[in-house]
Amino acid sequence: MHRVQVLDARGVARALERMAAELVERVGDEKLLYLVGVQTRGVPIARRLAKLVAAATGHEPPVGALDIALYRDDVGPWRPAHQQPILRDTELPVTVDGKVVCLVDDVLYTGRTVRAALDTLMDYGRPHAIRLAVLVDRGHRELPIAADFVGRTVPTSHTEDVQVRLRESDGEEGVWIGKEVAE
Amino acid sequence: MSVKPAARLRGKDLVGIDPLSAEEIQLILETAEQMRDIAARPIKKVPALRGKTVVNLFMEASTRTRFSFEVAEKRLSADSLNFSATSSSVSKGETLVDTALNLEAMQPDFIVIRHVYAGAPHQLARILRSSVINAGDGAHEHPTQALLDALTIRLKRGSLEGQVVAIVGDLQHSRVVRSNILLLNRMGTTVRVAGPPSLIPLEMDKLGCQVYRRMEDAIAGADVVMMLRIQLERQGRMNFPTVREYYDFFALTPERLKLAKRDCLVMHPGPMNRGVEIDSRVADGPQSVILEQVTNGVAVRMAVLYLLAGGHGEPTAD
Amino acid sequence: MSRLLIKHGRVVDPSQRLDEGLNVLIVDGKVARIAERIEDKEADIFDATGLVIAPGFVDVHVHLREPGFEYKETIATGTAAAVAGGFTSVCCMPNTQPVNDNAAVTEFIRARAAEAGLAHVYPIGAVSKGLQGEELAEMGEMARAGAVAFSDDGKPVHNSYLMRRALEYAQLFDVPVVDHCEDPNLAAKGVMHEGAVATRLGLRGVPAVAEEVMAARDVVLAELTGGRVHIAHVSTRGALERVRDGKARGVAVTCEVTPHHLALTDQAVADSEYDTDTKVNPPLRSGDHVEALIQGVLDGTVDCLATDHAPHHADEKVLEYDLAPFGVVGLETAIPVTYDLLVRRRKLPLRLFIALWSSNPARLFRLPGGSLKVGSPADITVLDLDARATVNPDRFRSLSRNTPFAGQRLKGWPAATLVGGKVLWRRERK
Repeated sequence: MHRVQVLDARGVARALERMAAELVERVGDEKLLYLVGVQTRGVPIARRLAKLVAAATGHEPPVGALDIALYRDDVGPWRPAHQQPILRDTELPVTVDGKVVCLVDDVLYTGRTVRAALDTLMDYGRPHAIRLAVLVDRGHRELPIAADFVGRTVPTSHTEDVQVRLRESDGEEGVWIGKEVAE
Repeated sequence: MSVKPAARLRGKDLVGIDPLSAEEIQLILETAEQMRDIAARPIKKVPALRGKTVVNLFMEASTRTRFSFEVAEKRLSADSLNFSATSSSVSKGETLVDTALNLEAMQPDFIVIRHVYAGAPHQLARILRSSVINAGDGAHEHPTQALLDALTIRLKRGSLEGQVVAIVGDLQHSRVVRSNILLLNRMGTTVRVAGPPSLIPLEMDKLGCQVYRRMEDAIAGADVVMMLRIQLERQGRMNFPTVREYYDFFALTPERLKLAKRDCLVMHPGPMNRGVEIDSRVADGPQSVILEQVTNGVAVRMAVLYLLAGGHGEPTAD
Repeated sequence: MSRLLIKHGRVVDPSQRLDEGLNVLIVDGKVARIAERIEDKEADIFDATGLVIAPGFVDVHVHLREPGFEYKETIATGTAAAVAGGFTSVCCMPNTQPVNDNAAVTEFIRARAAEAGLAHVYPIGAVSKGLQGEELAEMGEMARAGAVAFSDDGKPVHNSYLMRRALEYAQLFDVPVVDHCEDPNLAAKGVMHEGAVATRLGLRGVPAVAEEVMAARDVVLAELTGGRVHIAHVSTRGALERVRDGKARGVAVTCEVTPHHLALTDQAVADSEYDTDTKVNPPLRSGDHVEALIQGVLDGTVDCLATDHAPHHADEKVLEYDLAPFGVVGLETAIPVTYDLLVRRRKLPLRLFIALWSSNPARLFRLPGGSLKVGSPADITVLDLDARATVNPDRFRSLSRNTPFAGQRLKGWPAATLVGGKVLWRRERK
């Protein structure tokens, strides 16, 4: 694997600041905003966005975590060597009913994770609206899903891999594109 | 010893605790903890096992275990089919193997089997492609019971390591005690067992426990006391004289419970014989976690079904 | 006159203390001459280069299942299995249907065996009518019809009064009473040896003492009555010690051990994950008992080996462990299993091994054979001690396949079996 950095720590910080500003501008009633991060890296990003929104508005929206393992579509009899993903925590400290839930994830690719997140969320209640914020959009959608807030659009090919690294979980910060090097 | 969970379960079946490593046990317990949350949701269902078929092949009567498995299966969106011995071809003389092969011809993904005879799940696991889950085979094992007992202790105490668990009752005929000894041993728990000497199997200590004849000696200072159901009517009166005598010497009464640690947990696999092996004051008392065991039973069975439906991999980013 | 000359073989005959390269001339079904070099232009030649020539092996404990259970085995298939296993004679147990408790059944068995024309069959008659353990069966009539011993196998003679009378009465015919030692109450419907493995597997156990108490009783009764008692399939250290004590006191007690009780322990039930081809009665015992049995073989306490060949149809064995019938076949694996264990691994001298299978049982049951003395019937077991092969139940001559040794690679196999000078079976050469 050979990797090329496309966003450094400053770039990540600026992207998140801009996204938070857009969120504040477009959400309408900020008291309805509820940031829900998709496990795993969506969660620290959601927390950072919450802090940024708090700095801008004086009001910190609640933050939740969503584990979508049980709703994935890539396990089951149609996937030959299927594997069960490990389960992580789903923590929704506040009810989703009536809220404007903003799902937060690190990378948007085929859209299947977001589809699973939507189904998971719907089984928890009835949000007023659901929005999507992602740090990186790498294209290649397989479902009709679009992000409302995007940190950076990074065109990629299928042989490439987008790696988002955050200091909370990875000890380094930035976005890289990794490519399988032909032997 | 803090056990790191395995990445996946190795086999396609759960025939007992015996073949499981400590890491696999840890994986099941941690997954079960996650599964508990589903019961707390407004919609108590996830699509994880959607489209999978589970046959509950109960050749021995049992309402609660079967019910628990059914709830687990339905919460994962699997389709559950119940096959009970009496109402079936078995009474027409069909062998277990033929029954199972006939069922498999209908392509179930799982067969949950409870049977009067030890070794039946192993026989089926050898010949069937479906995943076989042992819901109790004779006096041999009842793995999901031991797993839910372990989960209950873990949730209350934080971990199994270093705990002292006393199991009291008819050890000879109990599959619950065998599975529990095997599991608790593997996870660093000290196990003490006690029962009437005429109901203690030979060389029981070799399974990994300390054997006592007097219940008081086993429960002194214990963190957990688990009472087993005694069924005198099943075994004839040559092993033990009467229920009254059993209560006098082997029942968990409030007085005996005081011998254990102050916050000792009181457990029972159910169904209880109140006034025989356990006094109602203890069964309904503040230290009893018997009903939590039932809740945890569903979670553990969900975890086992989920993990056997596939291996494990890191979710890929998409 | 038919003449057969066996050349270049190593003749090992314990009855004559022979162990050397010798030729054997057989004339009209009897041993006519044994010498270093024999020339006989009229004789057919059997080239026994590299092979051992022994007196025909005798299995004193076999279940031929006919009459009544022909779906498991018949006298024809059972004797075919016997010669394929290197045996020239077998003694068959009476738990047939009808039970062999009268001369008519005894004669029937002998007639069927004669028709099959393979191994000799010497019936063992029932001790009690219908094997019910209540009334003595007609031992005299059966003895006249050819019975060589009496037994209620697979059941014990539970009633001690009956056993006493049987031991007394049998002396009239100078035959032993063979007892399957098992106290049915202590055995408590167990399905394997009571011990750590049974506890772990959750299976009811048969305690070793269930065998020992009956063996002790039999020795005491034999001492009282002066009768001859033979303990069938000894499996425990305790029973063996009772036999040893009895012999030391001059009691006419003898015993046999099976190949499976020497080669396997109760761990086999666990290792095979409840495979019913490990379910036998008496059960496979724990290692300490097995070691005591092997010592008993090595020190001569065990008088002979016997298979307790117990065929069962495959449908019957594919059941839950608790429900499957007890028993394994043994005729076609006996020699390689016991040779491999006792001679190759435990260094039992070859002549003692051969005695355990031939001269000893023949002497105990007063059977013709067991020796290659001139004039003896030419019942001969030819062994290839260097042959190595894998046990393959699909190639058994027996109708049944219930063996715990399937797939085992063993050294030391029968090469040919002669009965009355006729080669009834010969191992295919590759």
